[in-house]
Amino acid sequence: MNTTAVDTAHPAPREFFVRVEEPPRNGTLLGFWIYLMSDCFIFASLFACNAVLGTEYAGGPTAAEVFDLPGLAVNTALLLVSSVVFGFAMLEMARRRKGAMLGWLAVAGLLAAAFVGLEIREFLIMTAEGAGPGRSAFLSSFFTLVATHGLHVTLGILWLIVLMVQSIRFGLNEANVRRLRCLSMFWHFLDLVWVGVFSYVYLIGVLR
Amino acid sequence: MLEAMPHRAAIWNFLFGRLTIDSLPFLDNNAEGRILLVTLVVVVVIGVAILAAVTKYRKWGYLWRDWFTTVDHKKLGIMYMILGTVMLLRGFSDAIMMRAQQAVAFGPEMGYLPPQHYDQIFTAHGSIMIFFVAMAYIVGLMNYVMPLQIGSRDVAFPFLNNLSFWFTFWGAILFMVSLFVGDFSIAGWLGYPPVSEVQQGPGVDYYIWGLQLSGVGTLLTGVNFVTTILKTRAPGMTLMKMPVFSWTALCTSGLIIATFPVLTATLFLLALDRYVGTHFFTTGSGGNLMMYINLIWIWGHPEVYILILPLFGVYSEIVPTFSGKPLFAYSSMVYATIAIMILSYLVWLHHFFTMGSGADVNSFFSLTTMMISIPTGVKIFNWLFTMYRGRVRYTVPMLWTLGALFTFTIGGMTGVMLSVTPADFLLHNSLFLIAHFHNVIIGGVVFGVFAAVNYWFPKAFGFKLDEFWGKATFWFWLVGFWVAFTPLYILGLMGVTRRLSHFEDPSLQPYFIVAAFGSFLIALGILSFIIQIYVSILRRRQYAVGGDPWDGRTLEWSTTSPPPEYNFAFIPIVHERDAWTDMKAHGYERPQAGFNAIHMPKNTATGVVIGALSFACCFGLVWYIWWLAALSLVGIIAVAIAHTFNYHQDHHIPADEVHRSEQAGNWQTDAEGASA
Repeated sequence: MNTTAVDTAHPAPREFFVRVEEPPRNGTLLGFWIYLMSDCFIFASLFACNAVLGTEYAGGPTAAEVFDLPGLAVNTALLLVSSVVFGFAMLEMARRRKGAMLGWLAVAGLLAAAFVGLEIREFLIMTAEGAGPGRSAFLSSFFTLVATHGLHVTLGILWLIVLMVQSIRFGLNEANVRRLRCLSMFWHFLDLVWVGVFSYVYLIGVLR
Repeated sequence: MLEAMPHRAAIWNFLFGRLTIDSLPFLDNNAEGRILLVTLVVVVVIGVAILAAVTKYRKWGYLWRDWFTTVDHKKLGIMYMILGTVMLLRGFSDAIMMRAQQAVAFGPEMGYLPPQHYDQIFTAHGSIMIFFVAMAYIVGLMNYVMPLQIGSRDVAFPFLNNLSFWFTFWGAILFMVSLFVGDFSIAGWLGYPPVSEVQQGPGVDYYIWGLQLSGVGTLLTGVNFVTTILKTRAPGMTLMKMPVFSWTALCTSGLIIATFPVLTATLFLLALDRYVGTHFFTTGSGGNLMMYINLIWIWGHPEVYILILPLFGVYSEIVPTFSGKPLFAYSSMVYATIAIMILSYLVWLHHFFTMGSGADVNSFFSLTTMMISIPTGVKIFNWLFTMYRGRVRYTVPMLWTLGALFTFTIGGMTGVMLSVTPADFLLHNSLFLIAHFHNVIIGGVVFGVFAAVNYWFPKAFGFKLDEFWGKATFWFWLVGFWVAFTPLYILGLMGVTRRLSHFEDPSLQPYFIVAAFGSFLIALGILSFIIQIYVSILRRRQYAVGGDPWDGRTLEWSTTSPPPEYNFAFIPIVHERDAWTDMKAHGYERPQAGFNAIHMPKNTATGVVIGALSFACCFGLVWYIWWLAALSLVGIIAVAIAHTFNYHQDHHIPADEVHRSEQAGNWQTDAEGASA
C-alpha cells in the first residue's frame, strides 16, 4: 500500500479522502417516502381482493343495499378538509409560528377523529344489520380494506398527538420539523388512498 | 366440585388461552413424543451450558453492550450470519429426517414418521430454510459489506437495523418454540389453503406470526438499505461506479419493498380468516382460495430473486478479484440485474399453470419466465469472460463460485424446461420441481453464501479461514448435492409427486436411498464447515491478515481487518470503478494524522425490548392468550413513543480516540495477497 508507482497518464495528484468531516446526510424523508410506497402495496393487495371478491355476495346483502352514500360524502369531506388543514399547519411551521401550527394540527386531528368515529358507526350499523365481515367474501374484503385505512388514520392521530406534545415541550427543532414533515406525507397519503377507496369500493361497488 | 370446575377452567382459559398440558407433545408416550423429548433435552442442555458459560466468564455485560444493543451494521451483519447458521442446522435436521423416512417407507414398512409429523417437518424445512437461513444470510451479507463498499459509516437508519434483526430473531424463536409447545403447520412452506384454513390447533398460527415478525424485519431492512445506497455513498461514487454487489443489494432491497408488503397483507388475510371468520380464502361464502395462491406467489417469486441477486453480486466481486481483472461488461451486469428485478415481478403465475387460467395467460407467463433466462445468461457469460485470460487463483471462494456457476446454470436450464406450459402440466408438484428449485437455491444461494463467507471472513475477523477444511466443505456439498438431487430429477420425470411420506412401489426405493446418501454427504459438508470455523479460530494468529488479503478491488479492502467502528477514518473519494484498485494504482498513502472527531449513532436497547414484546404479543395470539397479546401491543407502542422522546441518539468519537484506533489497527501489507 505504500507503493510509489505513479501513473504517468494521470499526472495530477488525486485526492483520495475527504479531509474535513461533513455532517451526515439525513435520509429520513426519503426513507419514509419509500416506506409509504411499500404501504401502497399493502393497500394494493387489499384493493385486488376487493376487485376479485367485491361481487361475491354469497346470498347476502349487496353493495347497493349496505352502502350509505350521503353519509359517506360527509365522511370523505371530513378527511379531505383535514388534509387541507394539515397543509395550513405545515405553512405555519415554515413561518416558525408554533402556536398557529399547533392550532391547525389540532383541527386536522379532530377532523380525522370524526372521520374514524363515523366509520366505526357505519361498521356497527352494518354488523347489527347482519352485514358483518363474516357474512360474505364481499363484506370481508370491504371491512378489511376500509378498517385497514381506518387503522392507519387512527395511528396517524396518535402520532399527531405525540408530535404536538413534543413540539410544545422541545420546540420546532430540526428533528421535530422532520417528523412533522413525515407525518404530513403520511396524512396526504392516507387521503389519496381514501380517494381510491371512495371511488372504487363505494361508488363502483354500488354500480357493479 | 362440579361448580368449582368450570370456574377454574375459566381462569385457566383466561390466563393461558388454549395452552394446556396436552399441548406439550414431548410428553406423549409414543415414538414422536420420545424424539421430541430427546431433542428438547439436547436443546436444554446446550442452552443451559451456553448460559452458564456466559455467566461464568461474566460476558453478559459485553454481550449486551457490544452486540445486543449495537447499531453497528457490521456486528448486526455477523449476528444475522450466526442466526442463519444455527437455523441451517435446524432446517437441515428436518431435511435429513425426510430423506431417511423416504428411504425406508416402502410397502408394508411405514417408516418412523407418521404423516402428521412428516407434514410438519416439510413445512418447517421449507419455511425455515427460506426465511431464517437464506434471508438471514443475504441480509447479513448486505449488512456487513454494502456500507463498507459504498464508503459509508453505517446504514441510513442504524436503530431500525437493530430492530429488524430482533424481529427476525424472535420470528425464528417462535418457529423453534412450535417444536416443543403445540405443533406446526402442515400446509407446506407457503401455507396453502384450504389446509391452512382448516388445520386445527396453533400450527398455522405459529407459521403466520413467525413469518409476520420476520417479514416486518425484512421490510424495514429493505427501506433502510435503499435509503443508505441512495443517500450515503462516498463522494464521487456515482451509481455506475458502485460495486456490483452493492447494485444487487439495491435491487434486492427494491424488490423487498415491493413484495414483502404483499406477504404481510396475504398472511394478515389468512389470519383474519382463521381468527375472525372472514371469507377471503374459504371454499364457501364467496371466498376464493386461488386468490391466496396468486397473492402469495406475487411475493414468492420475486422472493427467490431477492435471495439470488445478492449472490450474483458476490460472484461479481469474487471473479474479478481472483482473476486479477476488472469485471467484464460492468454496465451490462448492472442492466441485467435491473432487468431481472423487473421481470421477476411478472412471472408469478408459472407456479400454477395448472390453475387453468387459459392458454393466453399461461403463454404470457411462460414467455416472461423464459425471458428471465436472458439477463441471467448475460451474467454467466460476463463471469466467464472475466475469467478468460485472467490469472485465476483457485482459492476457496473461487471454488465455490465455479461450483455455483456449474450447478446454478443446470438448475436454470431445468427451470426453463418447467416454464414450458405443457411440460409443466406433467411436472407440476413432482420431485422434478423439488430438484429444480434446490438446484438453483443450493447451487446459487447456498454456494454463494459459502463463497461470500470465505471471501469476507478475513475482513470481518482479521484472519483467513482454513483452506483444507474449506475445500472439504466445498467438495462434500458439491458432490452431496448432485447425489441427493439427481435421483429426484429422475423420479420426478417418472411422475413421483412431492410431500409423500410413504410409497407403495418398491422399484423407486433405490433412488431414494441414493438421495439419502447424498444428504449424508451434505451433512459431512456442514460438519466440515463447522470444523473449518473451529480450526481457523484455533489458528487465528497463524492465519492473521491485514486489510487487503486478496488484493481486493473495492473500498471494503481499504480499511483494517476488522474495520473500526466508524469504518473509515476519512471518507474516501471515488474516481473510478474498483475504487481501491484505483487508489492502489495511484499511490494512495494511508493518512497517519490530522484525524477529526467522527459522528456516530449510539447503542440503544429499544430494539431488544420491542423485539421481545413482539414475541410475547405473537405468542399470545398463537395461543389465544388475549391479555398477553393486548398488553404487549400496548407495550410496543409505548416503548416506540418513549424512544422518540430521546433526542440524543448519537455521539462523537473524539479525534484522539480515532488516532489511537488507527494506530492500533492491523495495517500490515499482505505478502500472500500481493505475491499470488
